[in-house]
Amino acid sequence: MSTPKELKDAFDAAPWRGKTKRYDIVKEGTIALAFVAIVAVFLSLLMGSPDETPLTFKGWAVSNSDNFYATTVQELAGTSGTATYGAPYNKAADGLNLGPLWLQKWAGVTRPIDSVNDFVIAPLSTQVLSPEISTALTTWNSATGNQKQSWATAYDDAITKVEGKLSDVPAGEYGPVPALAQGLTDMAKGGALDAALLSQGGFFQTDNTKQILFFGDGSYLDDAGTAANLQGGTWGMMNETGRYPGQAWLWLYSFWYQIPPFNNEESKPIGANADAYIMAIMGVLSLGLILIPVIPGVKSLPMRIPIHRGIWRQYYETQGIKRRKK
Amino acid sequence: MSEMWTAKLRTKWQKNLPIEKLLPDDQPAYVASWIYVFGVLTLSALAMIIFSGIILAFEGPAWYHTSHAGKFTNSLHFWSVQLFFVFMVVHLWGKFWMAAWRGNRFATWATGAVAFVASIATAFTGYLVQTNFDSQWISFEAKDGFNSVGVGAWFTVTNLGQMLLLHVAFLPLILGAITVVHVLMVRKRGVVPPIDAEATMVGEVGR
Repeated sequence: MSTPKELKDAFDAAPWRGKTKRYDIVKEGTIALAFVAIVAVFLSLLMGSPDETPLTFKGWAVSNSDNFYATTVQELAGTSGTATYGAPYNKAADGLNLGPLWLQKWAGVTRPIDSVNDFVIAPLSTQVLSPEISTALTTWNSATGNQKQSWATAYDDAITKVEGKLSDVPAGEYGPVPALAQGLTDMAKGGALDAALLSQGGFFQTDNTKQILFFGDGSYLDDAGTAANLQGGTWGMMNETGRYPGQAWLWLYSFWYQIPPFNNEESKPIGANADAYIMAIMGVLSLGLILIPVIPGVKSLPMRIPIHRGIWRQYYETQGIKRRKK
Repeated sequence: MSEMWTAKLRTKWQKNLPIEKLLPDDQPAYVASWIYVFGVLTLSALAMIIFSGIILAFEGPAWYHTSHAGKFTNSLHFWSVQLFFVFMVVHLWGKFWMAAWRGNRFATWATGAVAFVASIATAFTGYLVQTNFDSQWISFEAKDGFNSVGVGAWFTVTNLGQMLLLHVAFLPLILGAITVVHVLMVRKRGVVPPIDAEATMVGEVGR
């Protein structure tokens, strides 16, 4: 003898034997396609699409020369965001963790970046330099590792101490670092750094990682993101530049960054590792979406909340089926 | 003859998905709500995305910065994506409230949900290959999330070449394949009957 549940399942799975009506699937598809095409063309003509000009190193060095200069010194001293990042760029830090899982560290350094050479020395070496900068480069290249670190750290500390106001930096044992920073600033102002960072001596290049990371080490990109209301702490992940809709479907991902403990980097362990925890949560929720039909409680929500009565109103009325108490 | 793989496949296909199911000219009378059109609207928006995307692919990712035709095609692509997600989310919610997984339709639901997740990944890579300020910003910000769980070691959002290839080749292939399977599942299983409709079968109400 079949149980009521088995009867229900058998009924739901069986081919429909009740009333039917004519249905032209090809006509429906054609009308739908025409409708969507018309709406999309209308919106395109009326609104266009976002296309904010990309930032350039020239723009950064010209508009905020001191910040570019100070960031270059940080790259040489190994104190920039990139230099201290960890995997996949270097081994300077362990990166984020999910409790005992150090996935970032375990994945290893697969995109090695040496901020000193990749961001400063190699690009400068591609240029015809003034005698002063050329001498500074030679001095740097012939110095020991410890000597380089000592010069760059001393200058970086001095700039930090005067809060980035370069004119207030006292004289000190900075070696060729000021000249190298000035050389790279001049190179960026002239527009040569963008291409030099991308090409790194090659011809065909399609990887912008070094440019993007160098950008992020200074305040130029961050300020532009704030001005465009794109910061993660203000639902920026869902936003787009200008008056256009962004990736609104990322609302749930963005949501976690707005609430404690995820929005507090000082809060350990979750806030300090928010990126990793939120990725994990979204992974679990995505799996949950796929598995809704087998999750107790969630799978029975549609039966408990009678929205289906509105969807199939006509059917229920004609068949005289009233809502049953669950 | 019956041992041939080809013959077996044909027999199985004809049994499970005959042409009458694939291209039906009738449907259950209970299919009478606007919610039902959002599936086909989602597919239509996807067709527009593929159409505009192919044109953009022929001209390259930077074309639309300098060409009026390019700008229009990019806009078509952009708005088709926006419409696609609106339609798909309504479709998804509709199917949830219908409990559309009933009657051995778990695979239909699951392929739809996977298509939703794959769509998010595909759209995300699209935002990364705009070659404008937005892509600079998104790639810098998004790298931390992927790096934090180790995925960034291979999925490099700051690598334009990698993102472009994933966006125009790999991810559309995955999404396209899942969508085809999803649609075939819908045609094979049919549209889920109304909740409580079995009452008519077990004699709780008269017909």
